[in-house]
Amino acid sequence: MSAPVKHYSTAAVDTREPVLKARGLIKTFGRVVGLDGVDLDLYPGEVLAIIGDNGAGKSTLVKALTGALTVDSGEIFLDGHPANFRTPMDARNAGIETVYQTLAVAPALDIASNLYLGREEKRPGPLGSIFRMLDKKGMKDKAGASMAELGVGTIQNMGQAVETLSGGQRQAVAVARAAAFATKFVVLDEPTAALGVKETGQVLNLIRKIKAKGMPIILISHNMPNVFEVADRIHIARLGGCAGIITPQSHTPTEAVAIMTGATTLQKG
Amino acid sequence: MTTPSSDTEMHSPKNAAEQFAQRSHSPVQRIQHVLHSHPSISPLLVLIIASIVFTIINPRLASPANISLILQQVAVIAALAVGQTLIILTAGIDLSVGAITILAMLVMANFAANNGVPAVLALIIGFAVGTLCGWLNGALITRLKLPPFIATLGTLSIFTALGLLYSGGKSLQANDLPDLLNWTGKTIGIGGFRITIGVIMVILLALVVAFLLGQTGWGRHVYAVGDNTEGARLAGIRVNRVLVSVYLVAGLIYGITAWILIGRAGTASPNAIVDANLETITAVVIGGTSLFGGRGAIVGTILGALIIGVFRSGLSLAGVDDQWRVLAIGVLIIVAVSIDQWIRKVKV
Repeated sequence: MSAPVKHYSTAAVDTREPVLKARGLIKTFGRVVGLDGVDLDLYPGEVLAIIGDNGAGKSTLVKALTGALTVDSGEIFLDGHPANFRTPMDARNAGIETVYQTLAVAPALDIASNLYLGREEKRPGPLGSIFRMLDKKGMKDKAGASMAELGVGTIQNMGQAVETLSGGQRQAVAVARAAAFATKFVVLDEPTAALGVKETGQVLNLIRKIKAKGMPIILISHNMPNVFEVADRIHIARLGGCAGIITPQSHTPTEAVAIMTGATTLQKG
Repeated sequence: MTTPSSDTEMHSPKNAAEQFAQRSHSPVQRIQHVLHSHPSISPLLVLIIASIVFTIINPRLASPANISLILQQVAVIAALAVGQTLIILTAGIDLSVGAITILAMLVMANFAANNGVPAVLALIIGFAVGTLCGWLNGALITRLKLPPFIATLGTLSIFTALGLLYSGGKSLQANDLPDLLNWTGKTIGIGGFRITIGVIMVILLALVVAFLLGQTGWGRHVYAVGDNTEGARLAGIRVNRVLVSVYLVAGLIYGITAWILIGRAGTASPNAIVDANLETITAVVIGGTSLFGGRGAIVGTILGALIIGVFRSGLSLAGVDDQWRVLAIGVLIIVAVSIDQWIRKVKV
């Protein structure tokens, strides 16, 4: 590698081909440096947490990975192929699904409609092609199957309006939507920030279930206990760069916070 | 689990939240739930009760001749309110509905009567004017980011002035116009009922728009945009395209309604339907569509328009001052919006 080595990983070096490989991402906003040459790898089937203080660059990093903003320099590879997303739709079409903390569901629409929002399926034959009729029953059945697969058993009625659900159940709908349509990986941006303790537990369970399906996840969170509960590796963002990559086994949450805030510097591995 | 739960449920794997969800509801909560899932029930009940009460006061209300008259009277407002419903579903509002309709009507009438254009072409030009006006509203809202209230308040003045300037303030009478333009006023006798072509067109229009809203992806996107604009955008819906299409379709509906209006009024006058803005919004709101967007249906709007018609006819047949109708409609609006606010707070 010609670039200066910035990969201070203390985690075991993974020889597998990453699903997502980002190299030397740089993004500046005027004189503010958002990303200062960040590298990131996401391996198959893992939960990669990204933690960092406010302004550390974790949101910018995620936006760069999901096409919400374009980087000034740097490369992103998806399954080894260069992928430069210009819009979130590009990333979506490439199989990357993002769940935002601001419960991005339409409350008055039912669960099935929300699951298929923006990619509704039409009926077969002329009813679909000429009259543009939606295959409501098909979508409802498949939505029910997706939700059941993730063990969201509390929701029996896919025709129920999302606004009648609790905050945790709503977020479960959003996560289920991402899991159902992602083919490469799922990004969860602070998925539990708006939720209570018990509801957070439900979402963490969902994360485990998605991981069990073999779907890699990038989890952005402030919440150390949550991160240490579900993450395989933890990418610590700091001052636009990466302060290191640790695992829940190699470090304690306290140490992670210390690295995050700059109180400790990670030893180069 | 630290949350206290009843012992009888301990054998099941359900958590406290589910038990809470399955608690019994009070009758009031049940009503709230029913209204929440079927918001058209309240206007339907109002229509039925009003019809019964006014028929008891004066049985002539339910006579076929009077029912025909009510249908003809509400047809134009109902058709315009269908367009207004689309816009209000996106959390918008259209104050230029009357102005667009009059402009489209004056253009189609003048083209047919004064410019020697074939009637069919004059109609199409009228529809195109309505559509173009709607598109302009949509463009102002999506490109210039104007609030719909302000954009359409501006175009209300612009389109009204254009209509007056274009027509020179002159009306055209039915006998100046080709038969095709007056065709919507033609009546068909069915039993004792006299239904106009215009009324039939409004019913077809409502059915088509109800189908689009309820059965197509476009309809679902309209609801989603009104319900949670940012969420819709994040779900990959092209919000601005949906918004422009809604204003454009509404404009086309107003253009078609201009034709129905010529048949109903027997004239193309720049002073027609002065109350259209408020009456369409009233029909939509009484019909259970939420002014906050994302919630409502065409069937409710049609019921809302019929309620206005039945109140007008019933109170007039009861021999009371017309101001009582105005007062009653005012009360209905406030009740309808209060019910909407209440059912939006539904809890499971």
